Amino acid sequence: MCYDVVIIGGGPAGLAAALAAREAGIEKVVILERDRELGGILNQCIHNGFGLHTFKEELTGPEYAARFIEKVKEQNIEYRLGTMVIQLSEDKVVTAMSRDLGLYHIQAKAVVLAMGCRERPRGALGIPGYRPSGIFSAGTAQRFVNVEGKMPGKEVVILGSGDIGLIMARRMTLEGAKVKAVAELMPYSGGLKRNIVQCLNDYGIPLELSHTVVDIKGKERVEGVVLARVDENRRPIPGTEEEIACDTLLLSVGLLPENGLSSGAGVPIDPVTSGPVVDESLETGVPGVFACGNVLHVHDLVDYVSAEAGNAGRHAAEYVKAQAAGNSNRESGFAVPLKGRGGVRYTVPQKIHPEKLEESVLVRFRVDNVYRNVQLEVRLNDSVVRVIKKRMVAPGEMEELRLKKEELQSVSDLKEISICLVKNEQEVPG
Amino acid sequence: MYDVIIIGAGVTGCSVARTLAKYKLRVAVLEKESDVCEGTSKANSGIVHAGFDAEPGSRKAQLNVAGNEKMEELSKELDFSFKRNGSMVLCFSEENRPELEKLYENGKKNGVKELRILSGEEARKIEPALSKQVVAALLAPTGGIVCPFGLTIALAENAYVNGVEFFFEHGVTGIEKTDGGYRITTEQGVFETRMIVNAAGVYADKVHHMVSAAPMEIVARKGEYNLYDKQVGGLVEHTIFQLPTKYGKGVLVSPTVHGNLLLGPTATDIEDKEGVNTTGTGLLEVSVKAAESLCTMPSGRQMITSFAGLRAHEVNGDFIIQEAPDAAGFYDVAGIESPGLTCAPVIGEYVAGLMMEKETFALKDDFVATRKGIVHMAELPEEEQKALIAKDPSYAVVVCRCETVTEGEILDAIRRPLGAKTLDGVKRRTRAGMGRCQAGFCSPKTMELLAKEWNVPVEEIRKSGRGSHVL
Repeated sequence: MCYDVVIIGGGPAGLAAALAAREAGIEKVVILERDRELGGILNQCIHNGFGLHTFKEELTGPEYAARFIEKVKEQNIEYRLGTMVIQLSEDKVVTAMSRDLGLYHIQAKAVVLAMGCRERPRGALGIPGYRPSGIFSAGTAQRFVNVEGKMPGKEVVILGSGDIGLIMARRMTLEGAKVKAVAELMPYSGGLKRNIVQCLNDYGIPLELSHTVVDIKGKERVEGVVLARVDENRRPIPGTEEEIACDTLLLSVGLLPENGLSSGAGVPIDPVTSGPVVDESLETGVPGVFACGNVLHVHDLVDYVSAEAGNAGRHAAEYVKAQAAGNSNRESGFAVPLKGRGGVRYTVPQKIHPEKLEESVLVRFRVDNVYRNVQLEVRLNDSVVRVIKKRMVAPGEMEELRLKKEELQSVSDLKEISICLVKNEQEVPG
Repeated sequence: MYDVIIIGAGVTGCSVARTLAKYKLRVAVLEKESDVCEGTSKANSGIVHAGFDAEPGSRKAQLNVAGNEKMEELSKELDFSFKRNGSMVLCFSEENRPELEKLYENGKKNGVKELRILSGEEARKIEPALSKQVVAALLAPTGGIVCPFGLTIALAENAYVNGVEFFFEHGVTGIEKTDGGYRITTEQGVFETRMIVNAAGVYADKVHHMVSAAPMEIVARKGEYNLYDKQVGGLVEHTIFQLPTKYGKGVLVSPTVHGNLLLGPTATDIEDKEGVNTTGTGLLEVSVKAAESLCTMPSGRQMITSFAGLRAHEVNGDFIIQEAPDAAGFYDVAGIESPGLTCAPVIGEYVAGLMMEKETFALKDDFVATRKGIVHMAELPEEEQKALIAKDPSYAVVVCRCETVTEGEILDAIRRPLGAKTLDGVKRRTRAGMGRCQAGFCSPKTMELLAKEWNVPVEEIRKSGRGSHVL
């Protein structure tokens, strides 16, 4: 079995990548999706707010997915449901399994990684206490409520104020549960401002910043959790413990790109993003393997995922065409490292071939804290070539800027590009 | 009237059950929890000790080496995971070297084979992750690792198919002497039996005192652990101990038989015999102590879970395996803390031997000595995977992504003898939910399969015990 472009994952990233690859003229495209339907996590995100950028209207998750799924069907792009990819090799052999087709291999000319992310579990946090039932990651609870139609509990405490936690606070409330508190380890929320307003404030749910769960009570089912305030080093302060009776603890404590398959194929992983290191084409360290969406880095808006995935699909198509044309000069050219400096935690891409850019490249990045009145500097080698003033930046909101080809090519002997956050001395972070 | 009733379906009770299943006896196991392997047997280090720690002449010493030798054969008979990866005990200062040498001498007296003392350099050559502070190490190539769930479940299933009856959620509330033996009252009915085996773990003293006035005190000694992702499972190949203290063998660093990395346990005596909660101080101690053995600690981001287990520590420090002095036909198998798991393969025979000093049991002629475990698709060669899928396509449907566990494996876990009824039951039989996402992805699907197979609404599916409903 041979395909030009194999797309692993049929969520928003995989769908947009497949459409872009087809639009770029690639016939043999296949999407491999493990679930019963296309759409990925969007299918359980029944709240609205999706698509403001892409479609200029507010859609629910399933509606947003449907726009792409319809196009995929219109374009007769092949997709296989109930299909788990269990291995990817460096030479792009995909091993997959499904009830209908059993275990089989596909030789791909190009692969687009679009597997998304998973939720960080309780164990990764080392929260002490018992291990009863009633502890759910927020996404699992969302699936129970919105897809299975089952309530995971009645009295809820949520740890983590990432977007899924905030959305679930509202969702559980609307379904009749009492959400007693949302606790956040950091002194600021990791979620979008609009979600804090619409999901907590509108329902009178308290947000306890600089708090964490220090104990879980209940041997069989959760009976309560103990919250404590944390100091500036995020360590619980003795004497601030407060027990809250509840039967459910939801965890929204971070998402981790799901790169088990990528690592198996030898794709180098960025330790900060936990996603592949990519260049301006979103190509990973393994030639012909591209990455996009939450498997690359965790996004806050699906619109950005779709845009990024479109680029990955288009570049995968170009790769296939270049290979077919016997174009072997792809390897030439030095990849200039792109670094985040100061408070910039990471950038995607992490490296750029200036000579391969069409006109410009969009760089997405996140900062490591809340900062007000700061400036972002684009530096080529050591010289500042551009300054952007920002009233506020926060870890929960992804930032972006465009690097122009001519800008990058204005420096001879370019060894490093960096985006640096310069703090205003008078301002205190947070 | 039963011939023998075993109280407790941990690894010890199941070992006795499996041995007695060879004879023409009517045997039952009473368990207060909903499944086998719910107490001490489910939360321990999973180590098959070489046998150098135990005081020569003690019951522990007597059974350890024999159990270690028997484990390999039993793992083949009953198809559970076992690996002889070898153990090492680290010594960090010249001052403590005599203690290491004492262990070596102990080991020789106990009959442990192939023991060697290595220099720090030799030890680091074998295990490059070891701390630079290591000046010497005891190497015990016969040490091993086992899946504690796999072992216990295998013993139980094999006992069951050979006619042993299992009664779950049958906590024992009282025992009376009768003319022919004993009457046991449980939460769900009364049982008459000629003999009793007390394998009640941390509760063995309570059960013992239902019939005997002889002193016995079992203390719950808590051990806390941190478990790491398979990505760092190869950090060490051997099980790495530090020199033992009076509370036990100390914090170890070990690969698990399934390829994770395990750090722990602590040792704290507690009052509550159900107190399996982890604590901030305990988990910190695990990291601090483990760090002494290693030159670099695995990243905290690689940690996937923490847990605590309770050792059944008898205050005098040795196993108590004997007929109670004032209760004929009542056999205590108590204080089975480390190296209890290692001894499990021979404890059953030892207990049967004690019983047969008084009466002869006739062997069954239809005893089935072997048992086939659940296949693990992820570990099979591709040809076998394909063959299995051709026979049953449910083996091509992956339910647990992290551990690549298929629907076929989960259905087998539910449908087989003493099949899984709970999420934890499925987890311990198949590893579904034991991976890095800790069941976030697979639990809705596993619950759906459990509900369908047991023909109950999904709301009735539990994580483990009676009050642990998920929805």
